[in-house]
Amino acid sequence: MEYFVQQLINGLTLGSIYGLIAIGYTMVYGIIGMINFAHGDVFMIGAFIALAMFLILTTVLGFAFLPVVLLIVLIVAMIFTSAWGWTVERLAYRPLRGSFRLAPLITAIGMSIVLQNFVQITQGARVKPLPPQIQGGITLMEGSATGISVQLSYMQIIIILTTIALMAGFTLLITRTPLGRAQRACEQDRKMAALLGINVDRTISLTFVMGAALAAVAGLMFVLLYGVIDFYIGFLAGVKAFTAAVLGGIGSLPGAMLGGLLIGLIEVFWSGYFSVEYKDVAAFSILAIVLIFLPSGLLGQPEVEKV
Amino acid sequence: MDAATTMKNSDQSTPGWDRDPVLSVEHLTMRFGGLVAVGDLSFNVGRGDITALIGPNGAGKTTVFNCVTGFYKPTEGRIVMRHGPGRQQDDVETLTDSGQRWKTTGNGAVYLLERMPDHEISHKAKVARTFQNIRLFGGMTVLENLLVAQHNPLMVASGFSIGGILGLPSYKKAQKEAVDRAVYWLERTHLIDRADDPAADLPYGAQRRLEIARAMCTKPQLLCLDEPAAGLNPRESAELNELLKYIRDEHDVSVLLIEHDMGVVMEISDHVIVLDYGVKISDGPADFVKNDPKVIAAYLGVDDEAEIDMPEVREDIEKVAGDGPAKKKPTARSKAAPAAKKTAAKAKPSSKASTAKTSTARSTATKASSAKASSAASTAAKPKTAARTAAKPKPAPAASEVKIANAGDYPGSQPHGTKKPRAGGANNLTRVKGIGPASEKKLNALGVWHFDQIAAWKKAEVQWVGSYLAFPGRIEREEWVKQARVLAKGGETEFSKRVDKGEVASSVPGKRGAQPKKKTTGKGGKA
Amino acid sequence: MATNGSNRAVAAPQNDPNSFAASVKDAATAGFLVAVLGFFFIGIRTDIAPGGLDLKMRWGAWIVSILVVFVGRLLLNLFVLKTDSPITRKIAGAMPSGSRFAGTGKWLMRALFAFALVLPFFFTTFFPGKDRQFIDLAILIMTYIMLGWGLNIVVGLAGLLDLGYVAFYAVGAYSFALLAQYLDMGFWFALPLAGILAACWGIVLGFPVLRLRGDYLAIVTLAFGEIIRVVLLNWYEFTNGPDGISGIPKPTFFGLELKRGEGGFADFFGIAYDPIQRFIFLYYIIFILALITNFVTMRLRRLPIGRAWEALREDEIACRSLGINTRNTKLTAFSIGAMFGGFAGSFFATRQGFISPESFTFLESAIILAIVVLGGLGSQVGVVIASIVMIGGIEMLRNLGFLQQVFGSGFDPVQYRMLIFGLAMVLIMVWKPRGLISTREPSVVLKEKKRIGADMVAQGEGH
Repeated sequence: MEYFVQQLINGLTLGSIYGLIAIGYTMVYGIIGMINFAHGDVFMIGAFIALAMFLILTTVLGFAFLPVVLLIVLIVAMIFTSAWGWTVERLAYRPLRGSFRLAPLITAIGMSIVLQNFVQITQGARVKPLPPQIQGGITLMEGSATGISVQLSYMQIIIILTTIALMAGFTLLITRTPLGRAQRACEQDRKMAALLGINVDRTISLTFVMGAALAAVAGLMFVLLYGVIDFYIGFLAGVKAFTAAVLGGIGSLPGAMLGGLLIGLIEVFWSGYFSVEYKDVAAFSILAIVLIFLPSGLLGQPEVEKV
Repeated sequence: MDAATTMKNSDQSTPGWDRDPVLSVEHLTMRFGGLVAVGDLSFNVGRGDITALIGPNGAGKTTVFNCVTGFYKPTEGRIVMRHGPGRQQDDVETLTDSGQRWKTTGNGAVYLLERMPDHEISHKAKVARTFQNIRLFGGMTVLENLLVAQHNPLMVASGFSIGGILGLPSYKKAQKEAVDRAVYWLERTHLIDRADDPAADLPYGAQRRLEIARAMCTKPQLLCLDEPAAGLNPRESAELNELLKYIRDEHDVSVLLIEHDMGVVMEISDHVIVLDYGVKISDGPADFVKNDPKVIAAYLGVDDEAEIDMPEVREDIEKVAGDGPAKKKPTARSKAAPAAKKTAAKAKPSSKASTAKTSTARSTATKASSAKASSAASTAAKPKTAARTAAKPKPAPAASEVKIANAGDYPGSQPHGTKKPRAGGANNLTRVKGIGPASEKKLNALGVWHFDQIAAWKKAEVQWVGSYLAFPGRIEREEWVKQARVLAKGGETEFSKRVDKGEVASSVPGKRGAQPKKKTTGKGGKA
Repeated sequence: MATNGSNRAVAAPQNDPNSFAASVKDAATAGFLVAVLGFFFIGIRTDIAPGGLDLKMRWGAWIVSILVVFVGRLLLNLFVLKTDSPITRKIAGAMPSGSRFAGTGKWLMRALFAFALVLPFFFTTFFPGKDRQFIDLAILIMTYIMLGWGLNIVVGLAGLLDLGYVAFYAVGAYSFALLAQYLDMGFWFALPLAGILAACWGIVLGFPVLRLRGDYLAIVTLAFGEIIRVVLLNWYEFTNGPDGISGIPKPTFFGLELKRGEGGFADFFGIAYDPIQRFIFLYYIIFILALITNFVTMRLRRLPIGRAWEALREDEIACRSLGINTRNTKLTAFSIGAMFGGFAGSFFATRQGFISPESFTFLESAIILAIVVLGGLGSQVGVVIASIVMIGGIEMLRNLGFLQQVFGSGFDPVQYRMLIFGLAMVLIMVWKPRGLISTREPSVVLKEKKRIGADMVAQGEGH
């Protein structure tokens, strides 16, 4: 029982990170109908920026008060990663808007290769370890019989709370602001939206920027939670986050979050109860099964074939 | 409705399509979620006939097509395709019970299309189709398009590709035959000069013809055409008619077509079936259908806005509907085509509201129903209308105080009605979504004045009223009874709120101004 | 940054009086962007130091990169994007245009074929010192050509986007390696078996997923590719896991091994043994395998099945209305493509003599797909050109040792290989979204053969 609860908590934490990345996929897919293959690598970029900024603040500038440091790191990482997200869209996708469907997919893969190798060249291929910064936590259940106690670390609390706060803010942004409205309009019908005076290019750019900002948050959390990053983390995290987006129903924001949590849980429970080696197989199998039996995902709109 | 009425209304003998149907659609129902696109539809397509399926936009015609050709699995119902003459009813029943998809019979074979996947319907049951929005293989040449249509025989000839890879001569022969057949149909459709051009390069009319040629290359027994004349100019339309007749006469192929162009329909169809809101409202030869008041009502949308029983309007509408080339001699076809276009244009408008406007504009009498006058009609003029219609029926002992002359013609039973509204006045029935001022007037004429009366209707009454108002199925779909129950209790529905606010321009055009003030005075009351 | 221009150039008036000022401003924007993007990557480097991580500042490199982009963008603006007579126009004029290129495609194909036929002897004669390296590169390129042709059936003809093609490559390679290891089977026996196994896997994987559309199909095939890799990696008892399988036998020439001494190929024919013979032999094996792939593909294109594939790419619903069993048709495309992938895989195994799951990552799938798409979907010549440009070009970077003298000994051009590969993918796609050769040749002709422009040909799964 204690073990189960512990895994549940770990799964939710991991799922939050996947969910945040998944939102980027789902928004981009919703608005331009393409898989932004480079999004996982934007997440990786975000993690590196967060790590570097953290080091600048703590070792170079000598800040010690952790909450302020983390807040600054968060904001800086979001801004700089957004710039990357914007650039990727501007360079690789915008010139191909309205072109045939495979072209942006190829440029997306190309961009993914570029980002990975750029980071590998500039930052080196070796993993970057960061000692745990936030230690301690709350002991929830003292398992006297099993000897296992359930730990809810402060780190996990921070991750889950931040995710909830971001999700709430984000939902407000999409449902209540003119920007969100423009975005949803572009999702429905880009041409019509343009005719109605919405700057479609800008809206799409902003979508990428928002996705990148959330990926940066996920990157920071990843750095803090695992303490180890390298240039390759983006690919796997990206594929799993995309799985999450599909599982939740692509195009649906709550779906992406739900899918992220589910993927996180599946992965953690699979590792905990079956085998760690095959945890990726579990995630990918879920993806295949969902797509085959429930192509519109859990919260997505079913698609009726037009004849 | 269906079979019984059809037979009564048409000739005394059973029509050909009922005696020797190539395709029978029986009790077909197609639901999309809560929406009933096609409800309990039955019809037959006669062997060697050109059968037209017509109806206003959204009537469910394409859905029927998609069910017949296997693109949708019908919710309920049976679709029987017959090779070989006669109904072969015993075989059909055995097949239905056996759970098989098809069965060879003494006369040929019978197929249950609702059980077959789409590609088998074309391949085995020999039903070919075209699409409303042309679906050609745009990046392939015209000739390639026609060879793709002969995929199945060619696959066999190529030894499922193995013989083909090895270059066996038997495949080369089969390919040559396939090209010959393609060339034959290209000549028929005047496309032979474009054989090596990509299909996407062809002009619109040629693409339509190519789609028919492609369908014919599958050697079908039934050809289903979804709006083949859409977007064609009169000359192309006339050519299409010739082509379809040629296909019917020279190749013994039965044709089922959806068409909006009444010129095409009336000229070439042996049999016309009219759908509205997923329900068959008329079925018979072209001449019968075009004089059927229900068809006129459905097409011109008089049910809601104008009064169908005003003699002037009726004459006018009949003139419109009958003004097609069908009345003219076939030899005058080319001249008739523009006229046909005109008719079609009139019959085509997509929304009932706009159709109603067309008809009002043509009739002095119906002008009363436009703009402010319409509000007057449904309020001040009410007692007068009621008196007039109430006087019409002869008194006879029955449940309803109001007698309708031909009450027995409609299925179900006439609802209970009172000659006068109860003290406090009649309810504003237009607060029920689906009841417009005209329908309200007719309901009043039936002695239906109050929501609670509608709320008390059972299935039989609903059916009767639906038939009486000439829109069967709509009452159920729009849930009048349910709405009325709410309103009778003094409740409000989304729609009634909008009526009260005077926002219902969409369903009752022209009422925005004067009407709502009066309506909001009492809760549903009309005082 | 070059791609930035295409849109902006249109937006900016051609005869803008402030053209120079605008150009500078634009270049400054680009420079600023690089400053922002590069700050944490070029300007700073995190390094592992004793006791944690250390930061190394590289302001010099940062400023240089900004300046390079600023100047580069400015020059680009002045001479290409914002001028009335861009240099590229002259270059474009000199380049063969798409349609003319297609006309010469046939001759190009013949010339390439003739060259490929004599290639090993060409290199042994003219580059005796480097022949081994060049032939090895030719083998590599030829393998990618074969893989590209195999994937072209799936993506180019049938229009099914497969991002997990490497799975079949892996199945082929592991089939041969395992057959050799456990059953002591030789290359020529294992080759057809590997192909058949890969085809079976194609059917097994394809069956459930082929009704998915477009991007969903892509992502599921990607997932399957990864699943196969992860299984190969973790099924230690059977596949030897990450350690891979070594000692995979070399192919024999009708039973003759290409080895030194008694009973070898050289000994049998009475010629002097030279290690290069083995490379030449391998080259001809992959050359013939590739030719078979091409021959079968070209034949299939003219058969009903090939036309059905292309029809499927154009409009699946219309196919169904014509009685084509789309599921089976897709499955044949998928499994035939997989079969050629399997052949190529077993060749890869025998050539390397060692395989491990590392060789079958997603990147490999991406490279093959990039070759197909960059070459032009459905075009066989396109695949050849794209393979030569992408694989050959990238491998050529290994020969740029002289750059070390320019940039210092720390500079390793090989490191930039994949970066340049990725950039090339993006740039070529932006430049020619339909690929290098995008016209389609009809499979049957009544009177006159006309090539079909790319704008009419659908790309499949995107309806």
